[in-house]
Amino acid sequence: MLLIHCPYCQEERPELEFRHAGEAHIARPTDMAALSDADFERFFFIRSNPKGIVFERWRHIHGCARFFNAARDTVSDRFLATYRAGDPKPALDGEGA
Amino acid sequence: MTQPFRIATAGRLGHADPVRFSFDGRILMGLSGDTLASALIANGIHLVGRSFKYHRPRGIVSAGAEEPNALVGIHRDAARRTPNVRATVQEVYEGLEAVSQNRWPSLAFDVGALNDVASPFFSAGFYYKTFMWPKAAWERLYEPFIRRAAGLGVAPDRPDPDLYANRFAHCDVLVIGGGAAGLAAALAAAETGAQVILADEQAQTGGALRYETGAVIDGQAGWDWAQTVTADLAARDNVRLLTRTTGFGYYAQNMVGLVERLTDHLAAPDPARPRERLWQVRAKRAVLATGAIERHMVFPGNDRPGIMLASAARTYLNHFGVAVGRNIAVYAADDGAWLAALDLHRAGVGVAAIVDARADVAGPHVEEAKRLGVACLPAHAVTGTTGRLRVSSIRVSPVAGGAARDIACDALLTSAGWTPAVHLFSQSRGKLVFEAETQRFLPGSNAQDVACAGACAGASGLAETVEQGLEAGARAGGATGGRTVAVREARGESWTGGMLGPADNGTGAKAFVDFQNDVTAKDIRQAVREGMRSIEHVKRFTTTGMATDQGKTSNMHGLAIAAAMLGKPIPEVGLTTFRAPYTPVTFGALAGHSRGALFEPVRRTPIHSWAEENGAEFEDVGQWKRAWYFPRNGEELHAAVARECRTVRASAGIFDASTLGKIEVVGPDAARFMELMYTNPWTKLGVGRCRYGVMLREDGFIYDDGVVGRLAEDRFHVTTTTGGAPRVLNHMEDYLQTEFPDLRVFLTSTSEQWAVIAVQGPRSRDIIAPLVERIDLSDEAMPHMSVREGSICGVPTRLFRMSFTGERGFEINVPADFGRAVWEAVWAEGRKHDACAYGTEAMHVLRAEKGFIIVGQETDGTVTPHDAGLGWAIGRNKADFVGMRGLRRADLVAPGRKQLVGLKTKDPDVVLDEGAQIVADPNQPVPMTMLGHVTSSYWSENCGRSIALALVAGGHDRMGETLHVPMPGGAIAVEVTSTVFFDEKGERANG
Amino acid sequence: MRRYSVFAIAREAMRGHRGWPEQWASPEPKKRYDVIIVGAGGHGLGTAYYLAKEHGITNVAVLEKGWLGGGNTGRNTTIIRSNYLYDESAGIYDHAVRLWDGLSQDLNYNVMYSPRGVMMLAHNVHDVQVFKRHIHANRLNGVDNEWLTPEEAKAYCPPLNISRNARYPVMGAALQRRGGTARHDAVAWGYARAASARGVDIIQNCEVTGINRGPDGAVTGVETTRGTIGAAKVGVVAAGHSSVLMQMAGVQVPLESYPLQALVSEPVKPVFPCVVMSNTVHAYISQSDKGELVIGAGTDQYTSYSQTGGLHIIQHTLDAIVEMFPMFTRMKMLRSWGGIVDVTPDRSPILAKTPVKGLYVNCGWGTGGFKATPSSAHVFAHTIARDEPHRINAPFTLERFRGGRLIDEAAAAAVAH
Repeated sequence: MLLIHCPYCQEERPELEFRHAGEAHIARPTDMAALSDADFERFFFIRSNPKGIVFERWRHIHGCARFFNAARDTVSDRFLATYRAGDPKPALDGEGA
Repeated sequence: MTQPFRIATAGRLGHADPVRFSFDGRILMGLSGDTLASALIANGIHLVGRSFKYHRPRGIVSAGAEEPNALVGIHRDAARRTPNVRATVQEVYEGLEAVSQNRWPSLAFDVGALNDVASPFFSAGFYYKTFMWPKAAWERLYEPFIRRAAGLGVAPDRPDPDLYANRFAHCDVLVIGGGAAGLAAALAAAETGAQVILADEQAQTGGALRYETGAVIDGQAGWDWAQTVTADLAARDNVRLLTRTTGFGYYAQNMVGLVERLTDHLAAPDPARPRERLWQVRAKRAVLATGAIERHMVFPGNDRPGIMLASAARTYLNHFGVAVGRNIAVYAADDGAWLAALDLHRAGVGVAAIVDARADVAGPHVEEAKRLGVACLPAHAVTGTTGRLRVSSIRVSPVAGGAARDIACDALLTSAGWTPAVHLFSQSRGKLVFEAETQRFLPGSNAQDVACAGACAGASGLAETVEQGLEAGARAGGATGGRTVAVREARGESWTGGMLGPADNGTGAKAFVDFQNDVTAKDIRQAVREGMRSIEHVKRFTTTGMATDQGKTSNMHGLAIAAAMLGKPIPEVGLTTFRAPYTPVTFGALAGHSRGALFEPVRRTPIHSWAEENGAEFEDVGQWKRAWYFPRNGEELHAAVARECRTVRASAGIFDASTLGKIEVVGPDAARFMELMYTNPWTKLGVGRCRYGVMLREDGFIYDDGVVGRLAEDRFHVTTTTGGAPRVLNHMEDYLQTEFPDLRVFLTSTSEQWAVIAVQGPRSRDIIAPLVERIDLSDEAMPHMSVREGSICGVPTRLFRMSFTGERGFEINVPADFGRAVWEAVWAEGRKHDACAYGTEAMHVLRAEKGFIIVGQETDGTVTPHDAGLGWAIGRNKADFVGMRGLRRADLVAPGRKQLVGLKTKDPDVVLDEGAQIVADPNQPVPMTMLGHVTSSYWSENCGRSIALALVAGGHDRMGETLHVPMPGGAIAVEVTSTVFFDEKGERANG
Repeated sequence: MRRYSVFAIAREAMRGHRGWPEQWASPEPKKRYDVIIVGAGGHGLGTAYYLAKEHGITNVAVLEKGWLGGGNTGRNTTIIRSNYLYDESAGIYDHAVRLWDGLSQDLNYNVMYSPRGVMMLAHNVHDVQVFKRHIHANRLNGVDNEWLTPEEAKAYCPPLNISRNARYPVMGAALQRRGGTARHDAVAWGYARAASARGVDIIQNCEVTGINRGPDGAVTGVETTRGTIGAAKVGVVAAGHSSVLMQMAGVQVPLESYPLQALVSEPVKPVFPCVVMSNTVHAYISQSDKGELVIGAGTDQYTSYSQTGGLHIIQHTLDAIVEMFPMFTRMKMLRSWGGIVDVTPDRSPILAKTPVKGLYVNCGWGTGGFKATPSSAHVFAHTIARDEPHRINAPFTLERFRGGRLIDEAAAAAVAH
């Protein structure tokens, strides 16, 4: 069971309080109507699924209920950072993806 | 009943406390503090089981959790029968009943031993190469036979009455292992003030100090020091000491699973106490002091009862006061076994010979053995043994070749050296490094905050072990200046020597590597010959290391034999993965309290108790229990539902709709938010009006639906399906927080705040009118699809005029605490009008008569609003809503999609099977072309016939067509119709 | 290939089993092959076997970064069934069941296909509706699947708890009698041996680090830890690592990789005669020939390549097992492990050509790939050999997500694979 630092609550809590919410930094296009089929596919279906650093969303569903983002190594499952939704990807020095 | 092998002057058990137990029905005596194994040996019993494949007689090999052979069933009572218990771990208690396993008819005479005679045929992987002809025989003959022969103990066949508990814990320092290293670590860590948990798998801490006679720490004998330190730790507030507790799994972010055995050693455990407790410990830092495991020697006939590990024989003698034989021999490649022989000699046991595979044996133990006149045979190997149910002699030959001689003995102690127990370290994802000189895998670089100390870290003697423990404990406790406690001296025996694989390359009889699974050195060589080059292949092909002991004593031997065959160094052949658990863990401990009613919480509405008192049958909907129907006078489901449906349309019915999800959407931008979340338009919906809303996923398929009331410009009362409530709120929160964070909207789940009482039917207004205050119920003031706030029975209410039955209807929302009281008041009024209470089944029928869908029944995640006939619910002029773009994809607008229609069977008495498939031509061959399926089907009392809803390809264009539903008994002809079967003009909701 | 038989065993028994030949060769990689298969699991080895056997293409290499059969093939709970809802799924999984029945003889390797029946439990009205929909569709597709009452389910599987007082009482079950299990390692080894005998090179400890493409964009071969290897056709059959490999060729796939755990109990005498699956309480259980209860757990919620998962996932699974089989609390978990499952948005596989000429992909089997091994391999070999899909895998394209023509077993069935 992972231990996850909620950037809103500012503390580490067990994974049971959280819900994973998929890859992060995939913004919903503002011009949905104008989107091509290929662009819609990319937005809704295609995922980077990296072996290494993934930027992903979590929700502290049984806590503050906020969505936030995390950078995690999918090989070791180690968290490198968690940060608030809307914040840019953090610099992960020395952690090369 | 004496214990002929008990030595009064040896061991630490009190002789004043005898215990009676039985083995295969034979009544025996042991001492309190004995394990089953020590008590059996005290009675001269070594033969305790049969091996897995060849059913060879097997004895006790070890004195601990690594035991491969001595597995027994423990029968406490009929419902508490535990298979595959290690006799070396199970403590005896008064009345303990143990039975041997995997033998028939008896342990001494086992028919299965014919396998041993035929063993030349049963080589590694033989079953992959045969049993293929004739084809049908695998299923009918061979496999059932193999299955009966396989397996070990017998699974329990009754529900287990015992309790199991779970706990989470946090600590600064978790120490696994309470031997010298672990005690030292715990003490040093405790001195720093850190919160410490120390777990040890034995009943008492002390580890290898149990048997080491030469250990001295701080002027005390090793064992006494261990007990002193333990008492010190136990007295500290910042230390939790857990005995009979195994650290079995090391998980991500320093979470370690421990299982504590609480009652298996007790004669009469309190049934209210848990049998075991699972601990999930989140440790800031962990110290692994898990020791090392002695390996047996690999030689022909090394599996006879009476042949055991040298350290086990020492443990039985020095701790339990039991001699493993009268005239023992030793075969080793390690100094420790010599010490075992010397201990036994001192206790008066005859030592027939000490055979050592090494040529250069020297040291005080050798001198001592020679001084005592024991036959010492360095550079010799044991090449065979005799004795059917107990070893009676060994054959000894020089390693270099030469004449063999037979030496009589009744026990043989073997030691091929020590394998560090790096299981948990490896599970923590730490890297192991191979130390070629000592042929050991040792902890290398860490992946988590963990340190290893003592024998598992490669310490070569007691002094180093204690030093490593003190150091690791102090560091883990956060001490920067090094050690927090010191010991003046620690001296004991050193652990030198050891070998991997057999001493000779003899190809003779069975030299077992893995005892339990009957894997021999020859099997491993054969696997390599057959192309199994990875150790994982060797393991899987031969099954070595896959028995209940997971190869604790055998894996390194297997690896070495494979490496030698391949001509590669050991690390290149690789090490099999160490998987959790370290020792087997009961399902009960892992499940804990999550059984029966606590398996998953039951959700009940505020009106549940009334339904129960009034005889309702319930159905499970998600975690909810919902009243399904209210049988009267012994009615069956169909009779009750027919009556309930009739009554609702004739007068009225009262229905508990409290399980519906409810979300309060509030804020200046609430309407804009609703526009984005639902297909429908919302901005123009008047305050006090309701609308049926359809929610899509981004891909355009229906996700949920429900009636939404607008209570104010900035406030919507949203309802969702019963099962959909949490996911709808999550879906809304997701968009609000991450895609539309600028919208000023607040979402609150109110599902459990409101009890909802639906009153449906022509008399519904008459029923509620006497109870409602401050709301004008006239059609003009409160038309269909409107919502008002007021009070009922003096309780605040949100009163909806809406209908899921097609009748005039109301849904009364009241605070949940008043739900039952208001329900009872409504019920009392309802009875004046011959109303009934109705359940979910009648609700389903009534809505189907009107063609209203149920999300999850008419839809399945592949249905669009157009498919469901809900195209009207899509706002034409909206610039955006979730699902808008997905809906436009080619396949979602293609012709021939499955669309919702009604079906009427040609024979009105026939009720279709829900899920039945629909075809155009019932006479086509299989596989048939299926056009769709029946989503809902009922007998409609109100229509006087059966009705059904179905998804049918191109269904909207098939009105009036005859289609067919092929059933095993013949096809049923149906007519495609509108989805509305009753009150097609929809007048009754308004009337 | 020297045939295996009881006579061969008898002959070898006489000379201490020293005469068995290698089951498969371990050659050095050649410079060039006609076809390279990336991934030596059951699906990849099977593909090579059928390329050689049915299409006469024997100049084939199967490249494996670890040891053959060491991925999901050697980590799954070996459930075989074909009672899927949609025609497309029924087509591919039932083709597999037909191939399972006779695979031992075809490969001359006993893969221990054991059609002991797969029973899926219904615990609520919704389950009943869904399972009946399956049963009716299966019947018209010629796939066996039948409805059992709770009492019939109990008769088929005596340890089952059908008490009305259970948290989720059993309301009935769907039984596929031809469903069952097989011995996973034997499937990989059997295909490896048979492919090797037909000239296929199986190259282990050879990790693909790049996919090479020519000026026209077409595949020219692969880069590996053992050098460059040329081929005009490359088939990627790498399960959890498919995303990583496809990205080497610049192809993005709609996949996510999740940890999936499983466990076995200590072996006991026969106590569990069939396979039981329950989606509502999340449990999958059978008993192996060796006597171990084999239990499948659910996926963790996050993507991962760690091949481990959380203890709470195992706990939740065992909660469900002891809820349905309350006598098993005293049984002990002997071993648990994790695999990496590659999951598509519609939970159906992708078995198709890709936009890159000469590159083919077979992935997205999620938690249910083992059962499809023979048919997946069979039709994928066809797709590679003919450069066009077999009728059976034609619907399982990479492009279906764009247009929305999904094969959504998960949504339609609410049943895990």
